[in-house]
Amino acid sequence: MSNYLPIIAIFTLATGYGIWYQLSRGKVKRKAKRASKAPLDKSVLGSELGSRATFVQFSSAFCTPCWATRTLLINITSGLSDVKHIEIDAEANLDLVRKLDIRSTPTTLVLDGKGNEIGRAIGAPKRLEIVNTLAAIK
Amino acid sequence: MSITNVLSFKTSNPKLIDARGPRFGAVITTIVLTAFLATGNLLLLHWQLLVFALVAFIGLGVSPYGFIYSKSVKPRLKGEVPVEDTRPPQFAQLVGFLFAITATILYDLGLETAGVIVVGFALAAAFLNAAFNYCLGCEVYLLIARAKSAISARK
Repeated sequence: MSNYLPIIAIFTLATGYGIWYQLSRGKVKRKAKRASKAPLDKSVLGSELGSRATFVQFSSAFCTPCWATRTLLINITSGLSDVKHIEIDAEANLDLVRKLDIRSTPTTLVLDGKGNEIGRAIGAPKRLEIVNTLAAIK
Repeated sequence: MSITNVLSFKTSNPKLIDARGPRFGAVITTIVLTAFLATGNLLLLHWQLLVFALVAFIGLGVSPYGFIYSKSVKPRLKGEVPVEDTRPPQFAQLVGFLFAITATILYDLGLETAGVIVVGFALAAAFLNAAFNYCLGCEVYLLIARAKSAISARK
């Protein structure tokens, strides 16, 4: 069985998907289609929100970029009293994951002071993306 | 709905490895599976099945590709060593194992077309990891957990 057609098909499809993957991961999408409609609060997230903004990070064990995301968000929020970072174990909170339509980890929701989702990033966000997003929240 | 606010997985003192090792392994896996599809030589598929099984069930420490990496590639690399937790690459190898064993059974049954498709998924994942630093665990683990709980809720 010497057939090169499947090989060409696999590499073509995988390359197309890979390019989309790299372009889409880590971007903070301002108007995500899957954004939650109702504002989120302590009763849903289990922690107090930041008065200006909150980053809600969904993580899992089998996820290398979750580490980079955690380090970045803790680093950015630790110096700010009005911005908080909440990390949630996606696997242990599947009801919430379904409600917010989280499909992969890390997914980070950006909430304003009232708990409204104003953006979400799938994959490890870049530092500049987060800094710019934060700067746009009054 | 109540929230479980404690992370159920370990986030401190993880077992860390050089993150370039599994990526090198993905390059070799891509070559082996491509060679298998090109030649149809089942020895190549069985070899890759063995490699997946070793890493998935014993650990990254026994990976033949990891051995090649640490002996002949790592000494030539300079600069800071990027590290990662061992669990994500081990999870990816388990997924690889499931695809490879399925493909092996399909070939044994004479279902070659189905076998090619299943190998194709494993090859695509390995290539994506090698070329685009694709994180399989990130993309599929939560979907599996969601599907599992949806199925058990229906019972």
